[in-house]
Amino acid sequence: MIALGKYASYVIPAYAVSAVVIGALAADTLARARRWRAEVKRLQQLLGKDEAEL
Amino acid sequence: MITALANPKRFMALSRWLAPTLGVIAAALACVGLGMGLNAPPDYQQGSTVLIMFIHVPAAFLGLMAYSCLAASAFFGLVFRHSLADAAARAAAPLGAGFTLLALITGSLWGRPMWGAWWVWDARLTSELILFLFYVGYMALQAAIDDEAKADRAASILALVGAINVPIVHYSVVWWNSLHQGESIFVKGGPLLAAVYLWPLALMSFAYMFAFGALWLVRIRAEVWRRRAGALAVQAARG
Repeated sequence: MIALGKYASYVIPAYAVSAVVIGALAADTLARARRWRAEVKRLQQLLGKDEAEL
Repeated sequence: MITALANPKRFMALSRWLAPTLGVIAAALACVGLGMGLNAPPDYQQGSTVLIMFIHVPAAFLGLMAYSCLAASAFFGLVFRHSLADAAARAAAPLGAGFTLLALITGSLWGRPMWGAWWVWDARLTSELILFLFYVGYMALQAAIDDEAKADRAASILALVGAINVPIVHYSVVWWNSLHQGESIFVKGGPLLAAVYLWPLALMSFAYMFAFGALWLVRIRAEVWRRRAGALAVQAARG
């Protein structure tokens, strides 16, 4: 692997912040999808609707 | 194709398998791209900061691409009044804002050792910051209006106004004297980058693109479910 040398204090934070932001976007996206899918399922069951409509 | 996808049922069926497929491709491309990038030799001028290029350039590109998707969706939402287009616009905004923020932060982390400054009011940097502010403005405007249809319409108009900034960001290094590097990939006579940097950069750019595609589709699905939940909640309340 490339030796980071004196620039390590710039390269490592750049990769770390990218991992954190992309990870946060992915986690938020998946959590949002799960939450609303579950809510639709719950309401469909409450109304006695067919779950296949999902 | 757009008309076919505008059918929510068809979209949900397609995105159900397409989103995870794009996610897997993105992860594979990122693994190979990072593997190649982290083993590339240090640049004779930039040293190891050249590694920042592999995450900065794709993030900046995605910031612009996501805004183009947002503006196109907003246009279709305004003209055809299609709820899926509005959902697509809403879904693109946080992703685009995230990638633009990354471009600003990683660019700053590269600029400090190379230019001697965290930030300069250069045409490219300033127009990129304006792009980020348009994303934030779009999301803030939508959150500020209770009536969803009105919020979508107002935010879509703002998104279309902001689309003027997309070519400005892209051509800022051509139109103005800029501290930021000029175009070095899509130039006459071929890329100016050495193959040892070009390949990892290309792979990382595709990885970011596929990742955006996967996340965008999942967010649109979530938005469709959210609207469906709203409609079902109204039915449930009516008994």
